[in-house]
Amino acid sequence: MQRKDAIKSIMNSIKDEFIICNIGFPARELYDIADRDKNFYMIGSMGLVSSIGLGIALTKPNKKIVIIDGDGSFLMNLGSVITTYVQNPKNLTWIVINNQVYGSTGNQDTYAKYLNIKEIAKAVGFVHVYNYDDINLRKVIDDNNLNFIEYNVSAGNSDAPIININPIEIKKRFMKALEE
Amino acid sequence: MDSTSAIYYGLKDAEIDFIVGVPCVNLTKLLELINDDEDIEYVPVTREEEGIGICAGAYMGGKKTAILMQNSGLGNCINALKSLTELYQFPLVMIISHRGTEGELICGQIPMGKSTPNILKSIDFPFFIPNNPKTAYNYIKGSWQLSENEGKPVSILLKISYW
Repeated sequence: MQRKDAIKSIMNSIKDEFIICNIGFPARELYDIADRDKNFYMIGSMGLVSSIGLGIALTKPNKKIVIIDGDGSFLMNLGSVITTYVQNPKNLTWIVINNQVYGSTGNQDTYAKYLNIKEIAKAVGFVHVYNYDDINLRKVIDDNNLNFIEYNVSAGNSDAPIININPIEIKKRFMKALEE
Repeated sequence: MDSTSAIYYGLKDAEIDFIVGVPCVNLTKLLELINDDEDIEYVPVTREEEGIGICAGAYMGGKKTAILMQNSGLGNCINALKSLTELYQFPLVMIISHRGTEGELICGQIPMGKSTPNILKSIDFPFFIPNNPKTAYNYIKGSWQLSENEGKPVSILLKISYW
């Protein structure tokens, strides 16, 4: 299983949640699988997908937010695991798709193969930490906890197209959906 | 109005209600006022760049956002300010303690302090350098609206002599 299959599997459990999706191929693959107004495609600023998700979760406590992050991006903004834990939004599910490589730049190794990402989250204090393969994502999202999920997949990119929506339009339609 | 109150009331009158930050000693009193204000949500961040992401999300969640930081923090978040804030036109007010200016006692602050205005010029972001509380209040009060109009972050540089 590669990342695109993982995103397909995630989307099978998504109903009306708001998704903040990582830069590069992850966003392109989500766009290809299920473009929707409730997707925010982060197409610059590698590392910040979890921070954007945290900002939304804190200010929209009645909406459910799902972050699709990656191992390289998670490691680039490691401080986010601390801020998110302390802020503790109960409407946030943070999924790290871990393929152990910088996929969008040509599959160079990250340090993830030497690390246990779930144990990092647990050491900071996260309580609801899961392996994707062990859970029913729908049920975890419905639990109203701050969730952290590692989804282990093989390296590899699909042939998903470039996202054909300009960033301001991505923002506008996402904000409109958040207001509904 | 003293130097700190001018910033606080400028932010209040700009209707800023969500602030992230990393402290500077010159922002100590301002951070106390913000922490005591129930109408402003304050989120401390581990690094300024993280705060730029949080502000983008909070704006989409309906908030008017600002970041408080030292000018060293500006260096930590340049890419995020271009590739996120400017790319998507998220409005943002940046209250920056400008260290390394006249009167600085810490030599480590000087190189970044000297380059800070040039950095803001080169990335083509509007910024203001108030000399007294009255002008600081006026710039800050108008900063959110200006940021919305420009589609770029608006910075207020508070040099050492300001305080």
